[in-house]
Parts: sequence; C-alpha cells; structure tokens
Amino acid sequence: MVAVIGPNGAGKTTLLSILAGISRPDEGEVESPDGEVGWVPQQAALYRRLTVEENLLLFARLEGHGDPRGSVEEMLELTGLGERRGEIVARLSGGNQQRINIAIGLLSRPAVLLLDEPSVGLDPRQRARLWEFVSGLAGRGTTVIFSTHDIQEAERYGGRVLVLADGESLFDGSAGELREAVRREAPEAADRDFETAFVAYLHHRGH
Amino acid sequence: MGGVRWLLLKDLQILRRSPLQAVLLVAYPILIAVLVGFAISRGPEDPRVAFLNEVPENTRINVGGAELPKANVREQICERVECVVVDDRDEARAKVESGDVLAALILPYDLVNKINSLSTLAPGVPEVEVLVNEENAVKAELVDDRITSLLAQANLRIARRIGSEGSRYLGLIVNGGEFHLLGQAIPILGLRASARILEAVTPALPKQQRVALEEVTEFASQARDNLNVAKPLIDRLAQPIEVDKVVVGGESPPLEIFAIAVAATLTLAFVVVLLVAGSLALEREENAFSRLTRGLVSSSGLLGEKVLLGVAVGLVVTLLMLLGMAIFVPLEWSRFGLWLLAILFAGAALGAAGAALGAAAREVRAVSLLAFMATLPIAFLSLVPSGAVSPTVFDLIRYVTAIFPFKPALEAITAALDEAGPGIGGPLLHLAILFAAYAAIARVALRRFATV
Repeated sequence: MVAVIGPNGAGKTTLLSILAGISRPDEGEVESPDGEVGWVPQQAALYRRLTVEENLLLFARLEGHGDPRGSVEEMLELTGLGERRGEIVARLSGGNQQRINIAIGLLSRPAVLLLDEPSVGLDPRQRARLWEFVSGLAGRGTTVIFSTHDIQEAERYGGRVLVLADGESLFDGSAGELREAVRREAPEAADRDFETAFVAYLHHRGH
Repeated sequence: MGGVRWLLLKDLQILRRSPLQAVLLVAYPILIAVLVGFAISRGPEDPRVAFLNEVPENTRINVGGAELPKANVREQICERVECVVVDDRDEARAKVESGDVLAALILPYDLVNKINSLSTLAPGVPEVEVLVNEENAVKAELVDDRITSLLAQANLRIARRIGSEGSRYLGLIVNGGEFHLLGQAIPILGLRASARILEAVTPALPKQQRVALEEVTEFASQARDNLNVAKPLIDRLAQPIEVDKVVVGGESPPLEIFAIAVAATLTLAFVVVLLVAGSLALEREENAFSRLTRGLVSSSGLLGEKVLLGVAVGLVVTLLMLLGMAIFVPLEWSRFGLWLLAILFAGAALGAAGAALGAAAREVRAVSLLAFMATLPIAFLSLVPSGAVSPTVFDLIRYVTAIFPFKPALEAITAALDEAGPGIGGPLLHLAILFAAYAAIARVALRRFATV
C-alpha cells in the first residue's frame, strides 16, 4: 500500500487522476502494469437513488462482465453488504457508501487500485472498518495507492509513503524512514507529536 | 452501444424511483400546455352587460312622417353580448359596482324622440348611457373597446334601417305604388307614370301649352333618372366602406389545431429539455461522470444516451397528450407518421439543447432552473405574431427564436397535424441544423465538465 500524503493543494488528487488516466500530465510519462487500474474518486461516484445491487450491476454491465450478477455477488461478499443489497444507497452511512464506491472500483479486477482520500468524512469506527477492508484487498495482492492528508493514517497503512507539497515530491520511502527524515530536518520538533513534527519538516522544506 | 443501453435503463430506474419528480416532470408541462391551449383556442367570451331599456314600448323611429317597424334593439344588442336585463338604474349600477357585469347600457326614455328630432328644425343629440367600473386599466380598456364596438354596430343597424326605408320611399316616388298611413292605403302616382301621362296628353294640347308641358315632362324624367342614381347612394351611406379580405400568404391551420400544436410542443420542450439537462447534470452531481467516461462509455455515447432518454420519454408523453386532445378535437390519424417524424426531430433538437444546458451547470436544481428560464420565455416569444410588435422588435424576436428549437418544433408539429400552411420539410431541416449545432456545443461543454 502506497500512501500519498501532503497538505491541501499539494497535488495528491492531480497525481492520482494522472495515474488513473483521467488527467494528462504536462510532462513525463506514466508506466502502467499489465491489467486495469481501478479508480475510486474522493466523493463516492455512484447513484444514490439506486440500490446497492443495482449500482454494482450497472457498473459490472458497463465493464462488460460475462457474468455481471456473479461479479455483483462477489463484490457484495467482499464488502460485507450482502444483507443490504436491496437498500437505496442514499440511506446507507458514509462508510458503507465508500465501501460500495471502492467495490465499483474493484469491478474491473484491477492490478492497481487508486483511492483518493477514501476516509474523508468518516467517523473513527467507519474509518477502521474501511481500512480493514482495504488492507484485506492489499493482502490478496492488489496494489493500493491512496492519498490522505492524515499523517497517522499514512504512517499506519502505507508501506511506502510519498510526500507531496505544491506539486513537488519531497520524500519517497517507508514510514520509518519518513520519521527519521523528519527528526533529522526538524530537530526542534523531534520530541513533539509526529503531526507537529511533520508540519515543521514541511516548513523547513519551504512549504 | 451496450453501455448506452444500460445507462438508459439506469436513468429510467432513477425516474421510476422518484415518482414525484416524474409526475411533476410530466404533469407540470401538460398543465401549462393545456392552459396555454385553452387561452389560445378560446376566443374572448361575450361580455356580460346589464341592459335597461327605458324607451316606451310603442315608440318608433319616424322617418319623413312614417314610423319604422319595431327595431328589436334588445335582441340585436344581445346577439353581441350576454345581456343581463335589469329593471331600473339602481340595479344596473349595483351590478356594475359588484363586478357582476362589465358595464350597463341604458337606453333612456327619450332616446327615440331625440332620434326623431334629427329630421326636424330643432335636432337633439340622441345618447345612450353607459355605466362602467374601471377598477383597473386592463378592464377599462376592455370596456371601452367593447362598448365602442357595440355602439358602432348599433349605429350601423339604425343607419341601415333608415337607409332602407329611405330607399323604399324613393322607389315609391320614382315608380309609384301605395303608401300606408294610419291604416289607409294612399296611391302614389310616381314620376315614371307622371311622365308617361304627360307624354300621352301633350300632343293634344295647343303648341304654346305643349312646350310648357314638355318642360315638366323633361323634369319628371330627369328627376326619375337622378333619384334612381340616388337610391344606391343612400344604401351605401349606412356602410360606405366594405372589407374585401384577400389572403396573400400565411395559410394557417384551424385555431384549435394550432392550439393543440402549441400545447404538444410546450409539453415536449419542457419534458425533453428538463429531462436531458437534469439527467446529464445528475451524472456530475453523483460524481459518476469521470468514472463513466474513463473507458466505460464515451462522452458522445453519454450525450446520445441522454438525448435518447429525452426523446423516448418526450415522444410517449406528447403522444399521450395528443391522444387525450383527440377526444375533444378530431385529428387526422392518416398523418400519424408525420406526427412521429415531427416529434422525433423536435425531440432530438430540444434534447441537444438540453444537453448543452446540462453541461453548463453543476447541479440538477440549477440546471432545472436554467432550463425553465430558457424554455418558458422562448416559448412565449415564439407565439408572438408579426404585427403585434414593432418590426424591429419582431425581427429581434425572430432571430432569437430561430436559434432555439421551440419555434421550428412548433412549426413542424403544426405542419404534421394539418396540411394547411407551409410544409414540414423546412422546419425539419431547421431542427436538424439546430440538433447538430447544440450537440457540438454540448460536446465542447462536456470537456469542461470533465475537467472542473
């Protein structure tokens, strides 16, 4: 799991949308692995007046699945929303809507799944269930790249962390290496909490 | 194409899931359409006018010492207005003040006497009294127009009656006959017979008397000839100018067919524009646009699906409406193929315009408002006939309405419903051009849609 972290306006969403093929880069190239790249936008991209099942069935059909109903069953089992399949999406909690949002992104059976700030607007319990679900996907072999501005979330779930600020890549390494870099470049904040130290680190780097 | 099918199914599911929205989407335009249809198809109602005749029952208009037959004034006036007969002035005033009648027309007791005085040395001024309640400017204008028109017609009828009687008397003087007075028939010799008698006796008279009598005979002949000329002149006095209406262009269908076409076009326009614009904006509101156009369906496919949705729903609603209207007004079912053609072309052009609107706004509510704001004034401007406004304003209206599909849609549907008027080809071509133009605008706007 790769965490893309940075303050608002850092370019996290832009980077993910370039990786997803929605936006074109001004320069540079994107090398994609074999297979689909799944895209889960920040705001749940689904139809709130349709049921959970109708949403999944629609996107499975649009993906051209040979057995769209089979794919729907698979996603319902994966998200644990089988019992709520007939519920209108608008009546579900934000967390459950986000799980369907991710499930739709998974319908293309992607090798890489891009999640744009997936935990925004969720309460701590919903957030915990979401990360459990996403970690399960990564455990089954899907590469997950997610953006967040929550340093603790990035540290906890990101095996690799990429720090962006104002469109510039400031750091690329593990969470432990990031802690070390922060301690080294902002020693005056080393004994404070990691979030405060990270802000001091960004300040030292001119952001 | 498969993607379009599933998106179409999805949009219909969403519509079915929102019954209030679906009912409003269909019911509201139909309500507006029916109201407009009624307003256009029904001519102005006969105004209710209180009528008080104070003229004594047996008083008659007198011409040259002879009374004209009873004029039946009340019947003649009440042909033009809905008469409410009242017994006195107070009742007439009360009815006007309460708004029960538009005005009160009072024929005063001395009206006929004053008319009769016109042929005397001391002519009076015949007057009728009109009580009105000008509580607002529109009503005041309406009352003025109606009363002026009513009195003009009454004057015309009286003038014709007098002219007709004058002609009859003139005929009596020229040709002779019987004149009835106080139940007695008085023989009138007439100029023609007088001249004949004089001509017959002249040869038997001495030469000197004969010359004098020949002058009298000559005068009788001249008088007869000139009075014969005067007779048609008197007839023309009552109505010196007649209208000879020649239709030189703009052949149009019957008013009720035009009203149905207006109602159908209004319905089609609102349903299609609102549905296409709203459903396209919904893709953005639900954040689904980026996901859909990321390989699942092309932007053009998405646009096509929305237009298809609008045309399909618009076709069903408009046909249902025409079927409903056919109960009241006979429609030509043999032209059903043309109805379909007109609705499909109009729906496609209106749908493309709706797509351009839908791509211009972020939210469904904003788009709905925009669609109403664009459609309603254009629809009403399209109904403004030439001559109702100044030529410059009408030219402006013509240009504005030409760039929106409502007017050509109305022309196409009118031409489809009735063969009178210009053909359907021109409006269909106009709609096809507008479809292409709006589709191109919507396609460009969708690029902005994707990046914002």
